[in-house]
Amino acid sequence: MSGIPHDHYEPKSGFEKWLHKRLNVVGLLYDTLTIPTPKNLNWMWIWGIVLAFCLALQIVTGIVLVMHYTPHVDQAFASIEHIMRNVNGGHMLRYMHMNGASLFFLAVYIHIFRGLFYGSYKAPREVTWIIGMIIYLLMMATGFMGYVLPWGQMSFWGATVITGLFGAIPFIGESLQTWLLGGPAVDNATLTRFFSLHYLMPFVIAGLVIMHIWAFHTTGNNNPTGVEVRRDSKEEAEKDTLPFWPYFVIKDLFALALILVVFFAIVGFMPNYLGHPDNYIEANPLATPAHIVPEWYFLPFYAILRAFTADVWIVMFTSWITGGIIDAKFFGVLAMFGAIIVMALVPWLDTSRVRSGRFRPQFKWWFYLLVIDFVVLMWCGAMPAEPPYSTISLIGSAYWFAYFLIILPVLGVIEKPESPPATIEEDFEVHYGKPAE
Amino acid sequence: MLKKLSIAAVAALSLTGSYAVAAGGEGHVHDVDFSFEGPFGKFDQNQLQRGLQVYTEVCSACHGLRYVPLRTLADEGGPHLPKDQVRAYAAQMDIFDAELDDDRPRAPTDYFPESGVAEAPDLSLMAKARAGFHGPAGTGINQFIKGMGGPEYIASLLTGYTGEEKEEAGTTFYENTAYPGGWIAMAPPLYGEDVDFADGHSNSIHHEAEDVAAFLMWAAEPKMMARKQAGFVGVLFLSVLTVLLYLTNKKLWAPIKGRKFEV
Repeated sequence: MSGIPHDHYEPKSGFEKWLHKRLNVVGLLYDTLTIPTPKNLNWMWIWGIVLAFCLALQIVTGIVLVMHYTPHVDQAFASIEHIMRNVNGGHMLRYMHMNGASLFFLAVYIHIFRGLFYGSYKAPREVTWIIGMIIYLLMMATGFMGYVLPWGQMSFWGATVITGLFGAIPFIGESLQTWLLGGPAVDNATLTRFFSLHYLMPFVIAGLVIMHIWAFHTTGNNNPTGVEVRRDSKEEAEKDTLPFWPYFVIKDLFALALILVVFFAIVGFMPNYLGHPDNYIEANPLATPAHIVPEWYFLPFYAILRAFTADVWIVMFTSWITGGIIDAKFFGVLAMFGAIIVMALVPWLDTSRVRSGRFRPQFKWWFYLLVIDFVVLMWCGAMPAEPPYSTISLIGSAYWFAYFLIILPVLGVIEKPESPPATIEEDFEVHYGKPAE
Repeated sequence: MLKKLSIAAVAALSLTGSYAVAAGGEGHVHDVDFSFEGPFGKFDQNQLQRGLQVYTEVCSACHGLRYVPLRTLADEGGPHLPKDQVRAYAAQMDIFDAELDDDRPRAPTDYFPESGVAEAPDLSLMAKARAGFHGPAGTGINQFIKGMGGPEYIASLLTGYTGEEKEEAGTTFYENTAYPGGWIAMAPPLYGEDVDFADGHSNSIHHEAEDVAAFLMWAAEPKMMARKQAGFVGVLFLSVLTVLLYLTNKKLWAPIKGRKFEV
């Protein structure tokens, strides 16, 4: 699979030889599991496994929950209570599914920021990055639709606000929104289609995950130095790498087990901590909650959406130059989706020749600021849209765009990077020691 | 890098617990040291039974518990009433039976009735539908220590009446220090000594309020004890697995790092 020279699968037993001539499935598994992996990967490289686990957890718990859930506006809320009270182990299943979504997003954010720091998006791994961004978008869509299913107050009003974003698109917005909702407002037709898509999308994600893994198995993993594995000979490659099984499988499983200890503590002892109390009130189209807030993992982008109000000069200017077609509401929508698009385009926005942030003295600080910016935006997203939060959101949003559109392109030109080690082997020996002969 | 990202992750996670602006945000909610708080906390069976009595004799005049099956009153980890008592309790309330085309007494397999008064919200999930604590700075981090504050909100509300009244558009509002906005349409339901407890427990307004708040927490989260137990089993077994995997990993990598591994 990968361009890194390594041993390939040789069928041994008679059955294996028989099967190998007909279907190379064992060989595919063998090559995937023994792929040469840079041996200096640090603990930030464990989140991929956590994410794979989360997808499996969500699919398994979700499929069982579906057996007891009723997608109808009159019964959805009650059927959740049925799961919580009458179904054997139903309360644990549901809490695992609820908090599983949070673990999923926590892991994906760390995974993305790891990629941003170590330059994992840079050539030749752009396709891996783009597929990852599509997975992330689908995750957000899936998470959003899943949150609608319990049919609580936040489900209903969250759905109203978010689908309203599409209504902000000039000319076609209103018809598009009606088409998405299956009617003029969030109602039974909305619930049933969200239910159907919430069930479908994880399988699309699973397919894309395979592509994501396939892509980085083609290029080989990035690593903390950003230095490529030597590929001239198998001997050299083996000095830089170790087979994925058992070295990284065991390491990743250890990390996963540790994370699951925390996960089970949250599920067992404070399962509603990350949720919103209002979602334990059944949806009521006649009573709007005092503050509509999305789930925590949407908050940074929700803050960006709300940051661009009609009194911001760039919004006024855009509105004036487009003759009012792009108003404040649509500008906010563009900003929110734009915030993700600029992140997806980072392989072409970052001009630095050096891949890893470890050897970029100035980049580091801008990156740490981006992480802080993300957390601050998350906090602002949970707050009411009023001063000082609106101002902080605006500054935070501006930095988000500046990081990708100005800082990264310029830094590549003006920054003087340090020189990375010549080989991964060298880096490993400095950090971890020399292999025993 | 690793450390910084982890700090950011923890900060991000802890920032997000039930945001400040949630329902019940503006009123004053006092912390109550309920027996069921924390990982080791358990429902106090006697308190739940007293709370059921307060609910039955006072709250149920207006408020329903439509999602709570009557049979769960006999559940371990709940009020744990004897089965015949549950049958007798259920039979006090009628339900319309479509098959008989008539009313009949409820059986333990039926649910509590719905609210009798349209304006009175159902209380099945009230203890989870309110968060009493949101600080500091709206981050919700104090919920780690105090809990979400749902039952505290209920207890604070029931004892939070100042005695002031006002009339607006034909409705009387009562001033309440725990209610967001300060004025609530519900007349004070408890004054103290509203019920007589068979176990001779104090029936001051504070005790009644706390007892019914605890009962409503059970009504909202009847599987809390089973959940905490499952949490313990999960944490315990996974901790053992973590240690084993840690040692396996260390041994596996020792020769690669040129180190010796001894247990």
